[in-house]
Amino acid sequence: MSAMKHSLLTLDARTKKRNAAEKRFKACGLSAIVVAMLALVVLLVSVFGSGASAFRQTYIAIEVPFPEAKLDQSGVRDPDVMSQVTTLGYEPLLVDGLLAAIDAAGIATEMSDKDIGALISKEAPATVRNFVLANPDVIGSSATFDLLASGRIDGFFKGRVTMESAALDGNTSPEALQLAQDLRDAGIIQTRFNWNFLIAPDASDQRPEAAGLGVAILGSLYMMIVVLVLALPIGVAASIYLEEFAPKTWWTDVIEVNISNLAAVPSIVYGILGLAIFINFMEFNQSSPLVGGLVLTLMTLPTIIISTRASLKSVPPSIRDAALGVGASKMQSVLHHALPLAAPGILTGTIIGLAQALGETAPLLLIGMVAFVREYPAAYTPDAGLFGEASTALPVQVFNWTQRADPGFVERASGAIITLLVFLLIMNTIAIVLRRKFERRW
Amino acid sequence: MSFVKMTTTALAMTAISTAAMARDNVQVAGSSTVLPYASIAAESFGENFDFPTPVIESGGSSAGLKRFCEGVGENTIDIANASRPIKPAEIATCAEAGVTNIIEVRLGYDGIVFASDINGASFAFTPQDWYLALAAELPQDGAMVPNQNASWVAVNGDFPDQPIQAFIPGTKHGTREVFEEQVILAGCEASGALAQIMEINGGDEDAAEATCMAIRTDGRSVDIDGDYTETLARIQADLNGIGVFGLAFYENNTDKLQVATMSGVAPSTDTIASGDYPVSRPLYFYIKADHIGVIPGVKEFAAFFVSNDMAGPDGPLAEYGLVSDPELSATQEAVMNETVMAD
Repeated sequence: MSAMKHSLLTLDARTKKRNAAEKRFKACGLSAIVVAMLALVVLLVSVFGSGASAFRQTYIAIEVPFPEAKLDQSGVRDPDVMSQVTTLGYEPLLVDGLLAAIDAAGIATEMSDKDIGALISKEAPATVRNFVLANPDVIGSSATFDLLASGRIDGFFKGRVTMESAALDGNTSPEALQLAQDLRDAGIIQTRFNWNFLIAPDASDQRPEAAGLGVAILGSLYMMIVVLVLALPIGVAASIYLEEFAPKTWWTDVIEVNISNLAAVPSIVYGILGLAIFINFMEFNQSSPLVGGLVLTLMTLPTIIISTRASLKSVPPSIRDAALGVGASKMQSVLHHALPLAAPGILTGTIIGLAQALGETAPLLLIGMVAFVREYPAAYTPDAGLFGEASTALPVQVFNWTQRADPGFVERASGAIITLLVFLLIMNTIAIVLRRKFERRW
Repeated sequence: MSFVKMTTTALAMTAISTAAMARDNVQVAGSSTVLPYASIAAESFGENFDFPTPVIESGGSSAGLKRFCEGVGENTIDIANASRPIKPAEIATCAEAGVTNIIEVRLGYDGIVFASDINGASFAFTPQDWYLALAAELPQDGAMVPNQNASWVAVNGDFPDQPIQAFIPGTKHGTREVFEEQVILAGCEASGALAQIMEINGGDEDAAEATCMAIRTDGRSVDIDGDYTETLARIQADLNGIGVFGLAFYENNTDKLQVATMSGVAPSTDTIASGDYPVSRPLYFYIKADHIGVIPGVKEFAAFFVSNDMAGPDGPLAEYGLVSDPELSATQEAVMNETVMAD
């Protein structure tokens, strides 16, 4: 070989080959990221595209008359007598109110009264009835309400229902949509931001427009409280013992291997365990956030233990040695020095564990939380105990709504996914901020 | 130490919860076909009565009845929904666990319809067409041969030349059983295949019926284990697909699906109630009589569920797709008298 081949200005064949290999490798990495980002974009676009409209809702503003002859024949405003009039008895009053509004606006329509009444949600009679029972004095006069429009009308203003699809649809008609359009032009129908989606409880298959996440958010919140209160102290105590005090024997090795294994156990297994222990043996209430929280605690514990041990390990031994050197006891060196320094890592691990638990559905399937629940669960009642009342959870609500027949629930399910994503984003942001703020590097 | 305090709190919390665990809401579980009706009734019940809204879980008829039969007590469910009658084996399991007083309530009928994408071809089926299209093996010249029909035109000369692609409920669904018995088996008999199969196997009728109801597994028929929403998604992705749905699901999606007639009759609540439309089944729920008076609202909810305001021909359940039971008044009476099933 001559010296000419080793010029620094011209690349030899081997260097070219190595450079090309590096380029290929970088391109592979880049394309992997592009594919992942594209998948994320497609997911977000499809979810936000169909779900953003769940946060807006169509309302009909009408004045509902309350004739005494229909609502309180006794005339003495006895609540027992008044509650005899069911929501079926209130429906005609709403139709009267809407007809009056149509007349007042000078809109001509040839639809039957029954079809016109179908513009109003089936939820509305209950809203009005509850108002009347709470304010018996209104009987004999009237009151103005913002009532939910039915799902098809709401879908029309959101672009989900069109004149063409309405012509084929047994639940609405192009005439009904035209009337709705006229009412909107007259200012009687309005579409605006919908707080009820986050506050209201679930609704049955006939009322997609009324369905909300209230019970699910409350249930998820209760479960997260149970998980936090149980998993954090138990997990931290277990890790401190294992990391700082336990002698290194084959026995602690076994425990360590088992903890790592438990972190990888499919979550449905914890559901089976929860059913057997908490419901069948300990006789806690089915569908209760307490049982859900306990199951999720078991699921989250390994995550917290592993991250706590990792952050304790990252505290340099010199800190402990210095503490011990000036006369601190072992416990003092751990609690006064090692634990505070490991705290940011522990908090991050805990929040990530909670976020994982928040999105979990499978174990809740077995303990009865995949259910239709309309009553807000109380945190404590003397009968049901702490967190003992039936509830659902956010991911469960997504699962439930995707199974419903009415197309209106597609929008609701996507809206619930957006809500869940926002919660997860907040939790992960807190985790990152905490880590950035308190983390120390050595 | 803060975490010591937290641990104490946690232990105290667990102690409180174990102290008293009673519930005041009715708990229902079972068939996903009955679920929408049960939730509509529960919602209305909660609005109009002083009882809390019952909690309704789905999970399938068998799963619901299994939990129903776990025993009597506050941590077991009060009512099981089922899209088929309870089986003798399940009654025996119930009895072993102490659930001896069961009230059977038939709330109405559900139609099973065949529908395809609104932009696809339309069909007028007979059970025989479905048997010839989906059977695993067909009798031919005195022997069973694998089903070779690949196009609907091979099944029936009046049909378009469209590849056979069916989406039918998976075996865990109660709907599958009805489909097999009322469509496939009926078609097997009507086409004369049942008689031919009995000639081949030497006259064993049970075995012949089982052969009739074996569904081909070469991909022409796809089992859907999820819900009707999944069937709908599959049909929208494949214009040739024909799916099996509940009548209520179809009626809420008439802008996306077109329904096929069966033996010349279009499915509707009227044709099913009159018995002209051949594929339908009763829907039930089962009440634990021992829970009446213990869990508040059990009997009131059951009575409300089958009342004329709910399950009658003009009620909200019928509006959603339930075929009202002509003998509803007898059912109402049975609930009122708490008539338990005979052993």
